[in-house]
Amino acid sequence: MSKEAVLILGARSDIGFAVARRFAQAGHAIQLALRDAQGFEDHRRDLELRSNVGVTLHEFDVLDSAGIEPFLDSLPELPIVVVCAVGTMNEQGRSEQEPDLASLDMRSNFEGPALVLGAIANRFETRGRGTIVGISSVAGDRGRATNYIYGAAKAGFSAFLSGLRNRLTGTGVHVITVKPGFVATRMTDGLDLPEKLTAAPSELGEAIFSAVQKGRNVIYVRRVWWLVMTIICAIPEAIFKKLRI
Amino acid sequence: MKLSGWGRYPQVECTLHHPRDAHALRDLVTQAGAEAPVIARGNGRAYGDAALAPTGTVSMCAMDQMIHFDAQTGVLQAQAGVLLADVISAFLPRGWFPMVTPGTRFVTLGGMAAADVHGKNHHIDGSFRSCVVWLDLMRPDGSTVRVTPDKTPDLFDRTLGGMGLTGVILQLCIRLTRVETGWIHQHTIDAPNLDAAMAAFEDNPDATYSVAWIDCLAKGAALGRSLVMLGEHATLAQLPANLRRRPLQLPPKPRKAIRMTFPMCALNRWSVKAFNALYYWKSRRKTNSFVDWESYFYPLDAVLGWNRIYGRKGFVQFQCVLPLDRSADGMRALLSEISAAGQGSFLAVLKRFGAQDSAFSFPTEGYTLALDFPATPACLALLTRLEPIVADHGGRFYLAKDAVLSAQRLRETDGRAKGFADTRLAQGEAGVFSSAQSARLKL
Repeated sequence: MSKEAVLILGARSDIGFAVARRFAQAGHAIQLALRDAQGFEDHRRDLELRSNVGVTLHEFDVLDSAGIEPFLDSLPELPIVVVCAVGTMNEQGRSEQEPDLASLDMRSNFEGPALVLGAIANRFETRGRGTIVGISSVAGDRGRATNYIYGAAKAGFSAFLSGLRNRLTGTGVHVITVKPGFVATRMTDGLDLPEKLTAAPSELGEAIFSAVQKGRNVIYVRRVWWLVMTIICAIPEAIFKKLRI
Repeated sequence: MKLSGWGRYPQVECTLHHPRDAHALRDLVTQAGAEAPVIARGNGRAYGDAALAPTGTVSMCAMDQMIHFDAQTGVLQAQAGVLLADVISAFLPRGWFPMVTPGTRFVTLGGMAAADVHGKNHHIDGSFRSCVVWLDLMRPDGSTVRVTPDKTPDLFDRTLGGMGLTGVILQLCIRLTRVETGWIHQHTIDAPNLDAAMAAFEDNPDATYSVAWIDCLAKGAALGRSLVMLGEHATLAQLPANLRRRPLQLPPKPRKAIRMTFPMCALNRWSVKAFNALYYWKSRRKTNSFVDWESYFYPLDAVLGWNRIYGRKGFVQFQCVLPLDRSADGMRALLSEISAAGQGSFLAVLKRFGAQDSAFSFPTEGYTLALDFPATPACLALLTRLEPIVADHGGRFYLAKDAVLSAQRLRETDGRAKGFADTRLAQGEAGVFSSAQSARLKL
C-alpha cells in the first residue's frame, strides 16, 4: 500500500521528477501533472518500477486558469503534499524585445503557479492539513540585469508563498518556499556553472523531502546560496546598479 | 568545462553533452567524426581518463529510466544511465541483488558494461558480462543494434570491457540474483603474510565472495599481511533474531560527506600506517560476523566524496592481474617495491580471479592487486617501477583504473590490444568513439 499521494506540478522538469522520485522512494503514491501527460508514460513506469508505488498521470497546463478546478476534481485523491516545479526561463535579451516571451515567463513562473497553489490551499485548508511546496528561485531575491524578467516573476511567487504561509499558519496547512541557486538541468544545459554552487536535481529532491518532514519555511539549495544572496541583497543600490553579476 | 574521472587526475577541458533521449544522442554521434569524436560517460567513477573526450563527452546520466522488471526471473531492463545504487534500492526490498557488483554502487549500468566490472565473486560468477542478457548499442553510423552473446557474439565480446569504444550503450537487460536477506555472513581469515593470504584463497574456492585487504606497508616476514574476507549471502534462518524482523532493510547509519579537498600532506606514510594498523586490529577481532550489504560491498560509499582526501592533485589507481602460475612471485616483487617506497595506499585489495577469456575485458585467471596513490611525483615514479614488474610476470592492467599507461606498455602487456584497435578501425568505430584514454593508448 502506498502512503498518501504527493502531487507534482510540472513533473517534466528535471527538478519536479527528481522530487517525485524521492517521495516515491519513501513510499508515497505519486500524481504527475504536466502538459502532454500521455507522452510521459515511460517516466511513470520508471517511478513505479523503482519504488513499487502507484503513479498516475494528469493533464495539466499552468496557463489554463479555467482548468484549475476541473483538474483538481479529476485527481484520484486530494494529495497530502503538492510540489510546484513549474517554470520557464526564456533568454532575457529576447524577452526584453518580445513582450509575448516576457509575458510567458511572468505567467508561467508567477501567475499560473500562484493561482493553482491558491486553489489547492483552499482545499487543504478545508481539510485541515497538507503541505504546499513552491519552487521559486534565488533570482527572485534581487533583480539583476541578466535575468530580471524571470527574477521578477519568481520574486512575485516568493512573496505569494510568504503571504500564503502567513495566512495558513494555525490551520494545519504548511507552506515551504524553495530557492534553488544553480541546478544542473535542461534549463542550464551548456552553461559552464561553478561546481560548488551547482546542485544536481536529486539534491533538490532530497532537500525538499527533508524540508517537508521538518516543516521548514524557506530553504536555499545548496545552502551556500543563502549566504550568497544575503551578501548580494546587502549591496547598496547605488553600487549594485553598476555591477554586472 | 574541466572534467576528470574519480581520481581527479588528469583534469581535461571537455565539451560535455547531456542527451535526454536516443534522438539527441544520435545527433551527437552522427555529427561526431574524426575531428570531433565522442565518448559516453556514466557517473564518472572510472578513475582515470576513460570517460573523457575533449571534443565531446556524452553524459548518459539523463537517460536513467528503468523500463521493465520480471519479478519471476529477476531480469531488469533499464537505460544505461541508471545507477547501480538505484537498482539496489529498488529491488533489494523485493529480494533481488546485483549478480556482479564493483566496489562502489555509484556507477551506471552502462559504465559497468563498458568496463566489464568484476566483484568479489568473480571466481564463481565471472565479470559483469555474465549477467547481461542483451544490450542496445549505438554504432558509429547512428544506428542501434541489439547486442547479445548468441546472435552478435563478437560485438558483445568487444563491447563488454570495450571502454565505450565500440559505441554508446543505450539500455541493457540484466539478470539479478535472489537473496533472502541483505546481510552477508562474513568469515575473516588473518593471514600473516602473502603465502598465507594466497593459501586462504586457494583453500576456499567455493566461497561466494572472497577478497583480501592487504597492508602494503608491511615488510620482511610480514610482507603481504592480509585479512582475507569470505562472504556468503545470509539466509533468513541464519540471521540472529534481532535482524530477522526486517531482513532486507539496512540498519540506519550516519552518512558522511567530504566536500572539502584535503591538503596534500594529510595522507602520508604515518597516517596510512596508523589507519592500516587500526583497521587490521579492529577487523581481526571479528572472525565470524554478519555484515550489512552496504558495509560489505561498498565500505567507501559510506563516505561520499572520499576521493577528495587525496588532495587537489588527485590520485591514481593501480590495478593489475597476474596469471596464476606467476602470481606468487609477481605479487611478492610488487609488494616489496611498494613497501620499500613507503608510499602507503589506503585500501589495497588482493583478489583471486576465476578463468575468463574475452576480447578486451580485464579479468583473467590469477591474482589481481588494486592500490591507490596520491598523484605525487614520488607515487607516479613508483608506478613506473611497478609497470615493468607486471609486464615481466605476464600481467596486464585494468583500464577503468588507468590514467598513466603508455600505448607501448599496453601492447607489451596485452596481446589483444592490437587486434582490438585494428577491429575498431575496420568497423569505423575509431573515428567516432574516442576518449583521452584511447588516444593515449592508441586504441
